[in-house]
Amino acid sequence: MPDLGLEVLWKGKNLIRLLGGLGIALRISLVSVLISIGLGTLLGMVRRKEKGLPKVIMRLYLEFIRIMPQLVLLFLVYFGTTRSFGWDLSGETAAVIVFSLWGTAEMSDLVRGALNSIPVHQYESAEALGLWEKQIYRYVILPQAVRRLLPPAINLVTRMIKTTSLVLMIGVVEVLKVAQQIIEANRMSSPNAAFGVYLAVFVIYFCACWPVSLAAKKLERRWR
Amino acid sequence: MEREVLEISHLRKQYDGQTVIDDLSLTVHEGEVIVVIGPSGCGKSTLLRCVNALEDIQGGQIRLHGEPISQKSRNLQQLRQKVGMVFQNYELFPHMNVLDNILLAPVKAQKRARREVKEEAMALLGRVGLENRAESYPRQLSGGQKQRVAIVRALCMHPELLLFDEVTAALDPEMVREVLEVILDLADQGRTMLVVTHEMQFARAVADRIIFLDQGRICEEGPPETFFDAPKTERAEKFLKTFTFERKNKSKSGIRPGEEKL
Ligand SMILES: Nc1ncnc2c1ncn2[C@@H]1O[C@H](COP(=O)(O)OP(=O)(O)OP(=O)(O)O)[C@@H](O)[C@H]1O
Ligand SMILES: [Mg+2]
Repeated sequence: MPDLGLEVLWKGKNLIRLLGGLGIALRISLVSVLISIGLGTLLGMVRRKEKGLPKVIMRLYLEFIRIMPQLVLLFLVYFGTTRSFGWDLSGETAAVIVFSLWGTAEMSDLVRGALNSIPVHQYESAEALGLWEKQIYRYVILPQAVRRLLPPAINLVTRMIKTTSLVLMIGVVEVLKVAQQIIEANRMSSPNAAFGVYLAVFVIYFCACWPVSLAAKKLERRWR
Repeated sequence: MEREVLEISHLRKQYDGQTVIDDLSLTVHEGEVIVVIGPSGCGKSTLLRCVNALEDIQGGQIRLHGEPISQKSRNLQQLRQKVGMVFQNYELFPHMNVLDNILLAPVKAQKRARREVKEEAMALLGRVGLENRAESYPRQLSGGQKQRVAIVRALCMHPELLLFDEVTAALDPEMVREVLEVILDLADQGRTMLVVTHEMQFARAVADRIIFLDQGRICEEGPPETFFDAPKTERAEKFLKTFTFERKNKSKSGIRPGEEKL
């Protein structure tokens, strides 16, 4: 049996530390996902009727956030703000800001798309029945829009969870950072630690994202 | 004469400056069935959409039992509840089953008791032969079944006026009849209806009065017999000709004269 370097996981508190790192990553994801869903939904609803300058600004914002690698954004917010404004953001705060900016931009696009994909006839037949605007949204439009929104929104959430692994670059101690620390500390005693530890990281991230996509599949099937 | 349900006077409707309905006046009395026919693009759908204020209008007035209805009406929702509309493509709500489709507006907009409406809905579904489809979803129904559900959905609001816009145009031929029979049945019950259709046989059977629309104006109107058998205007005559076909050169044996059978 080849040495997979798994034994380092059982040494001391290594596994607990890895899971602790996952906790931080998940906390960053959770906060940013909640902010993104809230703000993104509002923004998406507003953006349906946008035109003129606000439209151009939103377009630029969205393109900028999309084109920039998340890592660059992280550096920009974490180091850039310290340099330019003298702010002393914690790595976690900087991460939440970046992921929220990103998530909000993407989410607003998804929400707008989902609302626009509901045929105008659905509004009209509801109007013709004498329903009030609020009721039309609540009972006719939103339930259909949410069903269409769900798959891409879940996709966004899992991408956000995965991308939290980047925050080690700005000093937040999350999974990958802990992993590297463990590998460093055990370089002499178990040279194969890298494999075992990264395998564990893989499993941990898998366990974090899998339930999300599983739940989404289930909902989708129920609504079909 | 019966009470007036709908009075359209000097209606004008424009899309981006282009006039689609031009100074159109029409009165519909209680229990009357009016069939609107005319070439494609003459403004039939637009007329119906104006009647329940799905479109804003640029001139004239539409009154429902004397009350003006337009997008500016304060009680627009209540007014629309008095007008049932059935569309060409059914427009059922795909995420709700048949019963919920029917109950939504009576329960939420009219605040009626769910139990009472459900009883009525089931009775109406029975009447159109769909009593066992109450739990089905629209995607599980045929076009004809969906259209019958849409009719029941409109009826459950207790409308005083029914609008039908080419409700069989999207159906396979063998399903057209089941829907038209429901409408004939409604006519027999004394419902007030404004019907747009391309089914001329049906128009003749169901109409009390035919309105022939051309380029946004009423070109000719009258009882169906007169209209179909002896149209007064050239336009109407020309339009009716588009529904009959004849071959110029046909002999009894199926062989053109002078041609040899192989
Ligand atoms: N939303 C719109 N914007 C601009 N023009 C429109 C719009 N809807 C309809 N029109 C125009 O108004 C005219 C009347 O359209 P309408 O749909 O009422 O015709 P119709 O008599 O119902 O025709 P059909 O028999 O093909 O259904 C047409 O020339 C059409 O191009
Ligand atoms: Mg039409």
